[in-house]
Amino acid sequence: MKSFNIFLIGVGGQGIGLLSEVIARAIDYSGQRVIGVDTHGLAQRGGTVSSHIKIGEADSPLIKKHDADLILALERQEAARAIANYAKVGCMVVYYNTSWQPLDVRLGRDREITEDDLEIARSLGVRIFKVRESLEDVRMQNIVLLKTVDENRLIPGVKTENYILAMKDLMNESVFEKNRTVFLNR
Amino acid sequence: MKTLGGILVQKGPFEEIVIGNTAIVRAMIEGGVKVVTSYPGSPTPEIAEAINSIPKEVRPFYFEFSVNEKVALEVAFGAALNGNTSCVFFKSVGMNVVADSFVQLSMMRIPGGMIIVVGDDPGANSSQNEQDNRHYMRMSYTPVFEPCNAQEIYDMFLEALRISRTFESAIVIRLTTHTAHFKQKVRFGEYIPNSTSMSIFDPKKRGPYIPLGEAVFMMKRRALENLQKYSEISENHVKLIAKGNQRGIITAGLPFATILDVLGERVDYVDILKLGMIHPLPRKAVVQFLKSHKEVKIVEELDDFLEEKIKAIAYDEGLETKIIGKLSIDEWIGEYLPDKVEEVLFDTWPDLVEKPEVPKMSIKTVKRVPQLCPGCGHRAAFYVISKVLSERDISVADIGCHTLGYLPPYEVGQVLLCMGHSNGTASGLSLFNSERKVIALIGDSTFFHAGLPGIINAVYNDHKYVLIVMENYTTAMTGHQDHAGSKIKIKSVLEAFGIKNIYEVDTYNYERFEQVLREAIAAQGFSVIIARHPCMLKFTRERRVKGFAKVRQVRVTEKCNLAMSCISIFGCPSFQRIEGNRVLVQKELCIGDGSCLAVCPKGALAYEEGDQR
Ligand SMILES: Cc1ncc(C[n+]2csc(CCOP(=O)(O)OP(=O)(O)O)c2C)c(N)n1
Repeated sequence: MKSFNIFLIGVGGQGIGLLSEVIARAIDYSGQRVIGVDTHGLAQRGGTVSSHIKIGEADSPLIKKHDADLILALERQEAARAIANYAKVGCMVVYYNTSWQPLDVRLGRDREITEDDLEIARSLGVRIFKVRESLEDVRMQNIVLLKTVDENRLIPGVKTENYILAMKDLMNESVFEKNRTVFLNR
Repeated sequence: MKTLGGILVQKGPFEEIVIGNTAIVRAMIEGGVKVVTSYPGSPTPEIAEAINSIPKEVRPFYFEFSVNEKVALEVAFGAALNGNTSCVFFKSVGMNVVADSFVQLSMMRIPGGMIIVVGDDPGANSSQNEQDNRHYMRMSYTPVFEPCNAQEIYDMFLEALRISRTFESAIVIRLTTHTAHFKQKVRFGEYIPNSTSMSIFDPKKRGPYIPLGEAVFMMKRRALENLQKYSEISENHVKLIAKGNQRGIITAGLPFATILDVLGERVDYVDILKLGMIHPLPRKAVVQFLKSHKEVKIVEELDDFLEEKIKAIAYDEGLETKIIGKLSIDEWIGEYLPDKVEEVLFDTWPDLVEKPEVPKMSIKTVKRVPQLCPGCGHRAAFYVISKVLSERDISVADIGCHTLGYLPPYEVGQVLLCMGHSNGTASGLSLFNSERKVIALIGDSTFFHAGLPGIINAVYNDHKYVLIVMENYTTAMTGHQDHAGSKIKIKSVLEAFGIKNIYEVDTYNYERFEQVLREAIAAQGFSVIIARHPCMLKFTRERRVKGFAKVRQVRVTEKCNLAMSCISIFGCPSFQRIEGNRVLVQKELCIGDGSCLAVCPKGALAYEEGDQR
């Protein structure tokens, strides 16, 4: 009994809910079994949000520490948090290179996580994909991440058209068109 | 685009990827529920979101957000007394609010049937405690189902409905945060529309409904007799994984699924009894399981609810099975996430669990605490309040987004119990206290939910403190549900109570707010400030839906002398610190509200050039 585990993380307001819903549905379209759960305590108020997805044989959607095969992070601080807690050796990490500084960083009590901090993880046996694009609408950052996931076939068995079908299920015409354009612009 | 509402009312049968909370709504529809009520609270608000996604014309039941959980439960009770099947749902601590009415239900014959969905929150993911509501069920003789995934939520809801109608009694479905949000492909049944409604309330036929005198005992007897019958039903809802091991686990809910995942192939070395109904217990199944094992570990989140009862059963039956309950305080605290389950099993049977070597991912992390959103009117209020209050003054928090004022940099709101406590607590703090100013805070949804008695008490008993009503025109923290304030003006309620000192101010208007606050404090009696500003998260979302992608934004001009007031005093998350300790506006966050412009002593904050106001 072994599942492929995807851990998504971001800050409340970054659109992680939609991203995880698209991925879960894309996996389903690919004909594989999927379960998941979003965790969003005080999330919408600038806290950390995460989402767990498992493909294959699993009963609980919750991923054990250091058991993620793939980490998708919408923000740098959160990418570090996810690696520190959930990465297994050989884990792949895709992160969107932006920073929403936590309070302590803004108050000067702590230092911001840099790209170099994340590079260190390579030596721990983690593969890192750094993503950033200039976007008209920052809310499409999640789709840019998804594009990298698809380009590199990071989720086994899921094809481009599966992601597109999933996006189509969840977005209205005009939003879908915009997102599809960003997703297919390679 | 698939719309949730469209999915939910289709004829079916069908399969769809949904979360547990959504699956419940389909079960309501298929099951012929007629009246649904709630007061918002995590982990249940997505039930209401799913309901609201169904256009009213095709929604087969009546739905309301009631003013609080207790009223919601009573509305559902009243409807079902009349024969109209009802469902009420609310979060964990909502149980305390409904308690006074809830404990009466098992004594009543409720012909329509009534389902109570309570969303417990082990791990306190979004609550002020992680109370174990199973205790209420025992106290009130109420049967409870505890599903372990979204499919079971749907199945058990329909089963609970059948039992509820047969026994004319209320039944509880206990969700926990991560079953409510459990996402999977659920198999749904058929929906056959049925528009019959009833008015069959008849105390002569089904009563008594007045629990006084002799009737109390008769009614209580009914509850207890039913409880005996439910324990027979409970036997039908166990799942047994038995491979002839000497060791066994009794568990329920999501921890069951988590145990399976954590054990992996080692599941072969232990038998598992999973309970579907956790009250009353399936006595026969439990006895059988105990008898056939040498050692049995009870794996249950939060309190030792099952453990106590199972040990009592073993004692009654004279069994010698070693029953292993909670081994340490740690087993009482926090959610049973996979790592926790692994630890619990390891502490019980070190040879059962293979503790994998944890890779050392030594990488720097920074802690993140929640924040008020950019533009939040509460921040504007805290900016002023923290300026006016001195170190020794006392501020009493209440529940809502504004609770976050307790965090730096504001540190306004120093004590919190539950929704609506602030007025009573502030009243007590103001006694024998002429030196320190006392301020109470309350949100507008909470004002109506549980705030009114404390306010009336303050007027009646002449308490001396300042109440600040943080009016943002919505129940913000739980996802922007509407509340009574959209029809009933807070000011007119306060006036009707005879309160003389009522001030109104927009929180963005710092000068006036400060003046008003100082005045209210000086007034020495009970004063109320209605501090208003619409929830800006709601506002920006609505603005986006209308097609506003770009907004004017704030920038830091050359006048900046690095005093950092925008960060260290005002604390909007849009202001970030960059190399060389400069301040920069994070464009992804700034919503262009401008509430920050006046807080810079050097006047270094301005709108981007070219942007129009
Ligand atoms: C008894 C109870 N019911 C529900 C909740 C969930 N809850 C947490 S915050 C909140 C919103 C309160 O709204 P409001 O008073 O308007 O404050 P706002 O969040 O808008 O600032 C609710 C309902 C709770 N904590 N306790």
